[in-house]
Amino acid sequence: MSTVTGVSAADQTPGPDRRRPLQSDTASTGRIGDRLFGGAATVSGILVIVLVTLIAIFLIVQAVPALMDNSANFFTSRVWAPGGEQPAFGILEFLWTTVTASTIAMVLSVPVGVAVALFLTQYAPSWMRRPAAGLVDLLAAVPSIVYGLWGLIAFAPVFKPVQSFIEDKLGWFPLFAPTGISGGTICFIGVVLAIMVLPIVTALSREVFDQTPTAHKEGALALGATQWEMIRTAVLPFGRPGVISASMLALGRALGETIAVTFLVSALADGNPWSWSLFNGGETFASKIANNASEFSNPNKTGAYIAAGLVLFVLTFVVNSIARVVIERRKAFTE
Amino acid sequence: MSTATDRRAPDDQVVPGETFTPPGGRSGRDALSEMSNPHRARAVKDVVARVVMWAAFALAMVPLVWILGTVVAKGFHMLTTATWWTGNQRNINSDDFGGGARHAIEGTLQMVGFTALIAVPIGILTAVYLVEYGRGRLAKAISFTVDILSGVPSIVAALFIYAVWVTAFGFSRSGFAAALALVLLMIPVIVRSTEEMLKLVPNELREAAYALGVPKWATVVKIVLRTAFSGIVTGVLLGIARVMGETAPLLILAPYTKNFQRDLFNGNFPTLPMMINQDRGDFALATAAERMWGAALTLILLVLLLNVIGRVIAHFGAVKK
Repeated sequence: MSTVTGVSAADQTPGPDRRRPLQSDTASTGRIGDRLFGGAATVSGILVIVLVTLIAIFLIVQAVPALMDNSANFFTSRVWAPGGEQPAFGILEFLWTTVTASTIAMVLSVPVGVAVALFLTQYAPSWMRRPAAGLVDLLAAVPSIVYGLWGLIAFAPVFKPVQSFIEDKLGWFPLFAPTGISGGTICFIGVVLAIMVLPIVTALSREVFDQTPTAHKEGALALGATQWEMIRTAVLPFGRPGVISASMLALGRALGETIAVTFLVSALADGNPWSWSLFNGGETFASKIANNASEFSNPNKTGAYIAAGLVLFVLTFVVNSIARVVIERRKAFTE
Repeated sequence: MSTATDRRAPDDQVVPGETFTPPGGRSGRDALSEMSNPHRARAVKDVVARVVMWAAFALAMVPLVWILGTVVAKGFHMLTTATWWTGNQRNINSDDFGGGARHAIEGTLQMVGFTALIAVPIGILTAVYLVEYGRGRLAKAISFTVDILSGVPSIVAALFIYAVWVTAFGFSRSGFAAALALVLLMIPVIVRSTEEMLKLVPNELREAAYALGVPKWATVVKIVLRTAFSGIVTGVLLGIARVMGETAPLLILAPYTKNFQRDLFNGNFPTLPMMINQDRGDFALATAAERMWGAALTLILLVLLLNVIGRVIAHFGAVKK
């Protein structure tokens, strides 16, 4: 369902009767009722634009003064001491943790999510498709705080031996170097995020795979292709833009996920040595902000957190815009 | 559909006792049975792909079963205690057993109800604009910003409301401020689901209304929205379910209280996610963990209840052609 992803892949498509909905050029025909109702609809739409613009403006306006007073480099510093006479704060650690954990989540969830979508559209017996899809959607209905709770109490102890195994065997490689932290490592958070975004990848991929023209599929089969070859030559190429945008939306969600990460994360002590290891701790943007909500005491301190939130906003904005552009291009291509 | 994908159908026509050679290549199953067949590699790949897809689905089910199983197993007995549905957490510390969740359940319902009250009209009207009125640049811009809004992380929405409500206007944190942040998260869900439903309304209905001289606004209100009503309700319920479990805005904007609190505008406010969050630091204590699981199960039940009601309405009230 498109409500899972919040984005519809078929904005301008005609209805089931293959005609576009009737539209008039203006919201008003001069009648008082039309003026009021059309006006209200237009105002609501404009309100949405205004809200999004305001989000950007307010975040920028309140972040700038704090950034001006910042004595450290905002992008390359790992210090976070926004209070006091000489505020110094940088986002390097959050950026690294956020991006790395989200990347791990993508690496795990995209192949599995696409495979599940293929299963639901191509392989599952027809009686099974709807209930199975419902089960995957159920994964999306679980509130993220429950993922946090489950990860903290149930999943972390199971993941621990896996981590020590990898550290034992591959510890010589910087990415897997042991850091003495277990529990809320970047890698662990990535795995939990992967589970959380899996239904997003699956839902939108399923939508596009379902739209593969039957003629393409039958053509491939008629040429003697096996089912897998048919999928590789007909379904996957047709669905690729959909899969890319689904992945982008999932990435946007992973980048901004707050409460589950806040539950799981192991914060690092100040002045800890830099490590490339995926088994290191570290806060993400969202968890850093959430963990310190009670600290918003003076404008400069708040400004520092708002600046971090602004970076997160820009990151997700870019990722979501890419998703949108990919969907748009596909639409232009299929129409 | 099944005829398109079921490539084995021709195999069934083979007469027993007769060797059948397909004119083109061979299908996977034949090839597998003949070791010398050059298409064996293709057939093996086909089988491997099939196994991988089933395995992927099984893999996806593991966390679902695990999470729901754990929540039910560890939280259910809390829901059967006498005070859970009637009491609150007043004077109950992390190492005390039980207590009630009624304050948090009521608080959550009140907050999402209030959120829906603001978000639903805006969302539906925006969808009406996009489907019935919108054309050209403005509609494109609105559609794009709805997408952007649906991608805004909940923590950013919360920071924005904090920046406006607390920093700029000088109000204090409250349930109302958190509800405003939830409105931002709910609007795009309502817009998208309503939009889908409005597009399903057959044009003949609109044309018939116009032909009778019905004004456009009346056509939209009395014909289009009425036809799509059940679908819209479903979307609204799913939207409510979606924001019900949001915690980040509550963390920033609505501090938790263990008492009953009906006032959205002043003071702390109890909600289920924050009730779970309250015991986070003491999850090693059995009493705290139990309470967290109990609250988590209650929250999941509320979310699922909304989902089920929504789907039932969608099932019985779908737009008929």
